[in-house]
Amino acid sequence: MTNGRRSLIRWLLGGGIFSSIASFLYPVTRFIMPPNVPEAAVNEVVAGKVQMLQPNAAAIVKFGNKPVLLIRASETEWKALTAVCTHLNCTVQYKDDTHQIWCACHNGFYDLGGKVLSGPPPKPLEEFVVRIRGDEVVITRGA
Amino acid sequence: MATPAPGWFDERLGLSSIRKFVAHKTVPSHSGTMWYYFGGITLFLFVIQVVTGVLLLLYYRPTTSEAFESVQFIMTRVKFGWLIRSVHSWSANLMILAAFVHMFSVVFLHAYRRPREMAWFSGIGLLALAMAFGFSGYLLPWNTISYFATKVGTDMAASVPMIGPYMARFLRGGEDVGGATLTRFFGFHVAVLPGITTLLLLMHLGLVQRFGISSPPKLEGKRIAQMPFFPNFFLRELMAWYAALALLGVLAAIFPWELGEKADPFASAPAGIRPEWYFLAPFYTLKLIPSHIWVLEGELVGFAGFALLAAFWATLPLWATDRDGMLRARRVTGAGILLLAYYSTFSILGYWR
Repeated sequence: MTNGRRSLIRWLLGGGIFSSIASFLYPVTRFIMPPNVPEAAVNEVVAGKVQMLQPNAAAIVKFGNKPVLLIRASETEWKALTAVCTHLNCTVQYKDDTHQIWCACHNGFYDLGGKVLSGPPPKPLEEFVVRIRGDEVVITRGA
Repeated sequence: MATPAPGWFDERLGLSSIRKFVAHKTVPSHSGTMWYYFGGITLFLFVIQVVTGVLLLLYYRPTTSEAFESVQFIMTRVKFGWLIRSVHSWSANLMILAAFVHMFSVVFLHAYRRPREMAWFSGIGLLALAMAFGFSGYLLPWNTISYFATKVGTDMAASVPMIGPYMARFLRGGEDVGGATLTRFFGFHVAVLPGITTLLLLMHLGLVQRFGISSPPKLEGKRIAQMPFFPNFFLRELMAWYAALALLGVLAAIFPWELGEKADPFASAPAGIRPEWYFLAPFYTLKLIPSHIWVLEGELVGFAGFALLAAFWATLPLWATDRDGMLRARRVTGAGILLLAYYSTFSILGYWR
């Protein structure tokens, strides 16, 4: 009888402490995970005027809150690709001497279509559509 | 007038028992004794980190619009600010170096053996914490190099199957590295990590006191000369601290830590970007791994490799002896030499290439 009562009290005490700890930990674990803040969907941005880039030059432009690499490959040929390397998230750059896209972090190379040429990147860069509207360069998310 | 008797403090603080304990404490004296100083040097540099870190806290502001400027202010306007920040950065690096020397000396002197396994595990935990301190502190000046190092580091966490994306979100405080990451890393660096480190450090030091300093197995069974801890070993350790302090002072004053350019999330990663020296070996390995190995992404294979290597190393005392409890000294020494060779070669290659 005494043993039964003792074991009941042990269970109650143990269960109480366990529940208390769980009730502290649950809100803490939920608190440390940041809330989902939905981004405003951006499908098109005006990157700037045509004159902003000379042929064989590039610039990083904002596409919502993501960087996009806008390249003026020649007088009439424009390219836009996500500037985030598919390997480990670094921001890529255009190499005007080799006409390639390069990630300085781990030496990954892509062609102007975003295809991986060499190095560790596992996937191609996402390509965007570039249109010239009057004298403005417009970047649109590809279909 | 009554003055406190000499035994007044003794009675209230128990000083005589501490004095008795210290008087009886000895340290083995042999050809490898010099390696025993590195644990103490690591601790000394940690104390310097705490002191300089608290001083930097007086001026630092953890927001993307003010972090870089506040460090710039510390370095250019605050009296001796450049020195305090430079000492903090150099001391962090020297502390990790001293911890590495301490760890490898424990391996080569086989000091991790029974009953000191927990001292090894707590030491590995402290090394991991030191690296976490380094990784989180690196971002705080909010410069270009630190921004991209954090992008890469947190993206590596994201590549872990299943829980990776949650880990990355937890670390970044959102989808990408930004202001939320800076606030978080500041919190980790000045509150979370110091709290955990203090507890683990007390455990580590307590275990060293409990089991004493280990002698190498080759000297076991022989009569080993013992050096009194106080004052003989302590004064030598004090000289080692002075040597570390001299090196730190020279490095901090002659090569002040640079601040670089302010981070711009809409700029490309600059050429020649690389992490702190203790992350160079994995950094260079990641550069060499191709995009795909068989059907798996190279990055994932690399990450799994690092995780296995870390687990193998952290559990060293568990595979260092055979079933009969006999030490596999050659195997452990060989593993230590291999790891040291990989780490130093790849770090040098990562720096130069």
